[in-house]
Amino acid sequence: MGQMSGAQMVCEAIIAEGVKTVFGYPGGAIMHVYDEIYKQNGFEHILNRHEQAAVHAADGYARATGEVGVAMVTSGPGFTNAVTGLATAYMDSIPLIVISGQVPLSLIGTDGFQEIDAVGISRPCTKHNFLVRSIEELPRVLKEAFYIARSGRPGPVLVDIPKDITVDIGEFIYPDSVNIPSYKPTYKGNKRQIEKAVEAIKKSKKPLLYIGGGAVLSGAYALIRELAKKTQIPVVETLMARGVMGADNPLLLGMLGMHGNYASNMAMSETDLVISLGARFDDRVTGKLSEFAKYADIIHVDIDAANIGKLVDVDYPIVGDVTEVLEAMLPQLDDVDTDRYEAWRNILKRYDELHPQSYVDSDEVIKPQWAIERVGELVGEDAIITSDVGQHQMWAAQHYPFDRPRQWINSGGLGTMGFGFPAALGAKRAFPDKTVINVTGDGSILMNMQELVTAAEYKIPVINLILNNHFLGMVRQWQTFFYEKRYSETDLSFQPNWKALAEACGGIGYDVTTKAEFDAALKDAIAQDKVCFMNVAVNRFEDVLPMVPAGGALFNMMLPQTTKGDA
Amino acid sequence: MVHSINERRVISVIVMNESSVLTRITALFAARGYNIESLTVAPIPNSEMSHITIATNGSAKLMEQITKQLHKLIPVYKVIEHEEMVEKEMVLAKFPIAENLADISVLSAAYNGGVVNVGKEMIIVMVADEPKRIKHFIEAAQRYNPCEIVRGGVVAIER
Repeated sequence: MGQMSGAQMVCEAIIAEGVKTVFGYPGGAIMHVYDEIYKQNGFEHILNRHEQAAVHAADGYARATGEVGVAMVTSGPGFTNAVTGLATAYMDSIPLIVISGQVPLSLIGTDGFQEIDAVGISRPCTKHNFLVRSIEELPRVLKEAFYIARSGRPGPVLVDIPKDITVDIGEFIYPDSVNIPSYKPTYKGNKRQIEKAVEAIKKSKKPLLYIGGGAVLSGAYALIRELAKKTQIPVVETLMARGVMGADNPLLLGMLGMHGNYASNMAMSETDLVISLGARFDDRVTGKLSEFAKYADIIHVDIDAANIGKLVDVDYPIVGDVTEVLEAMLPQLDDVDTDRYEAWRNILKRYDELHPQSYVDSDEVIKPQWAIERVGELVGEDAIITSDVGQHQMWAAQHYPFDRPRQWINSGGLGTMGFGFPAALGAKRAFPDKTVINVTGDGSILMNMQELVTAAEYKIPVINLILNNHFLGMVRQWQTFFYEKRYSETDLSFQPNWKALAEACGGIGYDVTTKAEFDAALKDAIAQDKVCFMNVAVNRFEDVLPMVPAGGALFNMMLPQTTKGDA
Repeated sequence: MVHSINERRVISVIVMNESSVLTRITALFAARGYNIESLTVAPIPNSEMSHITIATNGSAKLMEQITKQLHKLIPVYKVIEHEEMVEKEMVLAKFPIAENLADISVLSAAYNGGVVNVGKEMIIVMVADEPKRIKHFIEAAQRYNPCEIVRGGVVAIER
């Protein structure tokens, strides 16, 4: 490619990696790169209106496509605003590159204008980070950053580039391959361990497939469906794995954990063999650890060895990529006796009949669960659903008929309010033909509402479905249950004019209070090519149920009153 | 996780020689609440790597987690959880010249060391021995009113 500036190298690397859309926000230290962005036409740049939103948008793009997302920010506050985005991606293992400007090398360490120790701050919330020290190492660093972000257990990588290096001229040869002697991810599972795990499956009576976000990242959904079909072993999904099995799959019990359904949590409590595929035994899944899967041996397949044995003792550890491990495992299960698990399946079926995922609907007021189900009926598998964090997120996870992986995009690990809207922009940019709906609340949406302007400017018509209960609902729910109804700072009765707010920024607004209005508004919103706020007044004091109180055993659930008798 | 049996352990971490690699290691210990008793680091001759020796304590299970978390760091090439090892620590100690120099000399010789510097007012000795014995040396040295004792931290090599 010859001689060029560091800024040009950044653009060339982005093009070479096949990235079509970059999200970002310019500033002093990154200006040379933005000057080159102006001159090139290999990728588009979306100007978000806040750096946090730029990183979430790149994250949403990555989650929807499986490709590496790229965001660009300046030094100092540009970078610090990006930190929540990095941490969000880190907790959910999302492949992401954030390129940040830095003050010139000569100013580093002098408390220069807009100087902050970006690699220092981002160290605990990135998979890896680089402070580029010379133009000579820049091409290699960029290549390694993309490689590290997408390989092994994926994650965000920060590349911090001092301003003078973006002006320096150097030879640009973008490496074809990467050789980091100290970084060799393990993809293939140990053969002997896999054989032992297969034996354990054949010997068990109450096996349970426990599917996590790693299954989505690995692209293993078809193999997992095949595994379940072949063995007739029931399946539970984590919040991050919704869509892997498909909602109408008869072997899917549902989501487990704090807001998991009865059958899923009981299955985990009574199983004799947990087959964990890309899940990491998060505290929101396990509840009280000493009571978790108490009667079970555990097979744990994870590409990250550190996840294995971190929280629970594992009997069959398999370090490897879920896809590769299943490819090795499936042929060995040809002779599995599916009748063996029939009694177990029947027990779980009875559990589900006893306490199905349910709620009491109403004709007077829109129930949030109804709203989610209705969206599912109207757009179903055609839509990509993003969400913010809170009650609405759990209702979406519980009630939406997810049909495929990457259809459900949410901040599971970090739980970042304000994630959903910018993530929806990223997803919609990646899949312009899909309806993209951000399920949000009247709390979360305000945390990145400036993106109305971004969406309007770039004509990214995402639908923000605001399940409006005039509360920070999830915190309010905990206050109801655990703080004797002292609603400390959770009452959001003071509200903006949502319709006017959306319109002021170039979007559309709908105020919805009845089911009829809901259908009309949603249909209209889908038909429009504009971003919208669909403000839906929902029942104020609706709770997310079932609920396992924090630190409680999974089988001790608070259940909705619609179900028959106590657990 | 219950960290019931807290045993002293020594791990060697072989890392790529690059900037901020030591910070990555120590930050990991800090962030995850692992203890560092001592830490030494020096480049490995004729290579692009450095050898970090960390003395820490915890249960076998915690050690496994520390080892795995260290492995996850991109510049970490190898982690050795020592079992059969030779372990040494070097110590420099400074005494007033008025103390019994013959005793001090004999004491340091008993711990694989000797006098390394004598000035107008001070004498400096160096010893190198196993960490347990170093502890004994420091106790024994107290009666000669040491002005200063500097411990070098543990280095270890697998047998």
